[in-house]
Amino acid sequence: MSDFRYAVNVLPKPGILDPQGRAVELSLPHLHVTNVSMVRVGRRVELTVTAEAEPQARLVVDGLAKELLSNPLIEVYAIELLEGISATTSKVPAL
Amino acid sequence: MKVGVVTFPGSNSDVDSLNALTVAGVEAVTLWHESPDLQGVSAVILPGGFAYGDYIRAGVIARFSPVMASVKDFAAAGGYVLGICNGFQVLAESGLVPGALLRNRSLRFAGRLVNIKPERLDSPFTRSATGAPLRVPVAHGEGCYYADEATLDELEKAGQVLFRYVHDDGTVASDPDDAANPNGSLRGIAGVCNSAGNVAGLMPHPERMSESVMGNDGGMQLIRSLIESASDWEKAGRPAPKTTKVGSGR
Repeated sequence: MSDFRYAVNVLPKPGILDPQGRAVELSLPHLHVTNVSMVRVGRRVELTVTAEAEPQARLVVDGLAKELLSNPLIEVYAIELLEGISATTSKVPAL
Repeated sequence: MKVGVVTFPGSNSDVDSLNALTVAGVEAVTLWHESPDLQGVSAVILPGGFAYGDYIRAGVIARFSPVMASVKDFAAAGGYVLGICNGFQVLAESGLVPGALLRNRSLRFAGRLVNIKPERLDSPFTRSATGAPLRVPVAHGEGCYYADEATLDELEKAGQVLFRYVHDDGTVASDPDDAANPNGSLRGIAGVCNSAGNVAGLMPHPERMSESVMGNDGGMQLIRSLIESASDWEKAGRPAPKTTKVGSGR
């Protein structure tokens, strides 16, 4: 068995109202930024799956992404395999 | 007759719902989220609050609780289920009613009185309503009703839109930016039901306007509708719903 670490990136579907993205865009003039547009705010979830091999692990992540982490009516998701190291660490840090 | 109110961790309008049912004269019982036992109730209310902290998306974690598996079976068997506020979000995430509830267009938590109007008076959830606008509170951050245009057309055609936000004069606040539409809901939709007609959800809180001491008792019209429908269902021997399609099939 091996550990596979993934990130699931969830974003509002194209065309779906994203008030957070709009709020970020509206704040840009305050930062004197004029060349940024189409801001979308989503959610990133990182998790470790223990499985025989990557395809089995990915199946678990895909199921979770569909059922729990995103709502297919309003959101899209993309799965990213992290090469041992996540944005922070490969192990969940002790609190 | 017994009506159940589910308590999830984070529910906060369960007691208000139990109170409204008691005032209406039925036995009101708490259904615990960790138990699949519906205690033989004739109807279920999923109350307002912030089930499981609203983490990930409002309502989604509640969807996988033991009690919801039983509520799904109960609904499939024709039982009446009413979701109020967070309860509506739970129903939508569970696929028991169509559509989704997005973050309020304003990005602000909406906590104020609004007017809603029943779209039809021949539904199980509005049969005791007078048809006049009801003045009821909203208290939510994610209440912006969304479904794609084709689905909205279908819902309207099938009579599944049960409530809309209206102005004081009763005209619909269909524009998402209308001040009388507290969250930017598409077509001013405040509540919908499933295609079988036995599961409904709405964002405003009828149970919080169910006695004159609260300001008015208009919300009781909806509580009574639920009780009467459940009572008829019991008397008829708990018949199965006319259609087997119970939700949007998420």
